[in-house]
Amino acid sequence: MSQSVISAPSARGGSSTGGAIKDVWVMTKRNLRHIAREPLQMSDVTIQPVLFTLLFVYVFGSGIPIPGGSYADFVLAGLLLMNLTTSSMGTAVGLTTDLSTGVVDRFRTMPMWGPAVLIGRSISDVLTSMMCALIVAVTGLAVGWRPDAGPAPILAGFAIALLFAYAMAWLCGCVGLVAKSAETAQSVGFLVLFPLAFVSNALVPTHGMPGVVQVIADWNPVSAVTAACRQLWHNPNPSATSSAWPMQHPVVISIVYSLALIAICAPIASVLYKRRTTS
Amino acid sequence: MANMIEARGLTKRFGETQALAGIDLNVPAGTILGLLGPNGAGKSTALRIMTTLTIPDSGSCLVGGFDVLHEAAAVRRTIGVAAQDATLDELLTGRENLVMVGELGRMRRSAAKNRAEALLVEFDLTEAADRVVKGYSGGMKRRLDLAASMMTRPPILFLDEPTTGLDPVSRNRVWAIVRELVSEGVTVLLTTQYLEEADQLADRVAVIDRGRVIADGTPAELKRVTGGAQLEVTLSQADTRSRHVLAPMVEGEIIASSDGRHLRAPVSETRGLVTRAVRALDEANIDVEDIAVHQPSLDDVFLRLTDKKLTQKDAA
Repeated sequence: MSQSVISAPSARGGSSTGGAIKDVWVMTKRNLRHIAREPLQMSDVTIQPVLFTLLFVYVFGSGIPIPGGSYADFVLAGLLLMNLTTSSMGTAVGLTTDLSTGVVDRFRTMPMWGPAVLIGRSISDVLTSMMCALIVAVTGLAVGWRPDAGPAPILAGFAIALLFAYAMAWLCGCVGLVAKSAETAQSVGFLVLFPLAFVSNALVPTHGMPGVVQVIADWNPVSAVTAACRQLWHNPNPSATSSAWPMQHPVVISIVYSLALIAICAPIASVLYKRRTTS
Repeated sequence: MANMIEARGLTKRFGETQALAGIDLNVPAGTILGLLGPNGAGKSTALRIMTTLTIPDSGSCLVGGFDVLHEAAAVRRTIGVAAQDATLDELLTGRENLVMVGELGRMRRSAAKNRAEALLVEFDLTEAADRVVKGYSGGMKRRLDLAASMMTRPPILFLDEPTTGLDPVSRNRVWAIVRELVSEGVTVLLTTQYLEEADQLADRVAVIDRGRVIADGTPAELKRVTGGAQLEVTLSQADTRSRHVLAPMVEGEIIASSDGRHLRAPVSETRGLVTRAVRALDEANIDVEDIAVHQPSLDDVFLRLTDKKLTQKDAA
């Protein structure tokens, strides 16, 4: 009897690649179910984009002249990036919440692939980012945003923005793994994300900014991705006149920034996760 | 019989607290070991080490023949765990939780669904199965957690205080399920604060106090150490005949209080004892004011065991 009992584990299979992918999928599905259960928590990717678009186009936009186009044409890429950046906080809050309950302990006694917890989180977050992007685009079209390019460059712009959102999810994942509580994660996240979103070319052209601020804004990844979208969509892109290197090559630098962020933050996150869950 | 769980000299310190001070445990295949001890004795820490959640400062542990430190993945394929704090996803339904655990345990989705359904019935959770766990009562969460630990039919189960917070009906149900699993060959290590639970379920009991095993044996052996149950009788007035009446029903000496009204004696068989004692005393025309069987509590066990340790030390 003891023989058959001992042989049972191998019968249930090991952690093959297929198993790892399945684990990531199970984790992703779990996070998406959370969203379905508490849709109001998603307001930052559903209601906020609509609100900000209307606010910026109709309130601020009326006072900001944009050379070579309308404010709506100019600001949409910026609003997309602003919304994607601030909503990546969800990753931090979600991870901290998981760690504060016992559910991670359950995962750690299961024969699952450990990193699936983090990767599943980043994938479900990029899926919500896609929804956010769609809502921004639809609202934009409703208020007069018109990209002047074919479907391929338009989609390329969104793809670059979503790649950046994915990278930001890993950055915020690190914040969430360091923070003691969801509230801390939230406030630390805002301290990082709000300057990142606002000290940029997202909402106003940078050439009116004071010297140092302008340099920061021109080198800010959010500016690069925004400029890349504007360039690809043939929307007004005042940053093209900036001599800063990233503003001259926004598409390339956006991809480099995002990949670098993932390359740095993903390993850090997995180390932090391991440390946080081992006692 | 091979040991399915073998711990040797486990120690663990958290800051100033020595949670484990060198623990040895053996659990033969197809048996239940009860870890008995008060809060903070080190039961949960020992369990966390054996389930790969905590790394010991020193010592080693084999679970299912695999080393918890170096073969954690293999250990995790062999065990089911119900931890003390419910380790469930509060935003999923009970059923979704079980299916998720099954899928992470490498079950096919269809098999996981069938198994989840069977366990929901077994743990009396069918009505709540499709409700979000957040709204469950403490007892329901406890039962769902136990069901989750059994999803993948693991050959080794770790149950941390499985019946704490359960009503008597649920508790009996859990006991019956655990017994059935063991009859199928599953090995179980459970922690408990209740002597009765250890007595009901465990083949062997290890009593833990301040990170050490202070006693180890079958429940019967343990009871012998602690003195077992006591019959306590209070009479309306002292009556010397009462000793003769009670003597056949008790084991050992009957101790009377100074006024002779309160009698106390160790007993082994407690079923129907109170009725028999009252009837016998009544037939002898002795008036009983109060009568009860006092089961040894964990406090009693500890008092006796720590006493014994002291006397042993004195003798040495």
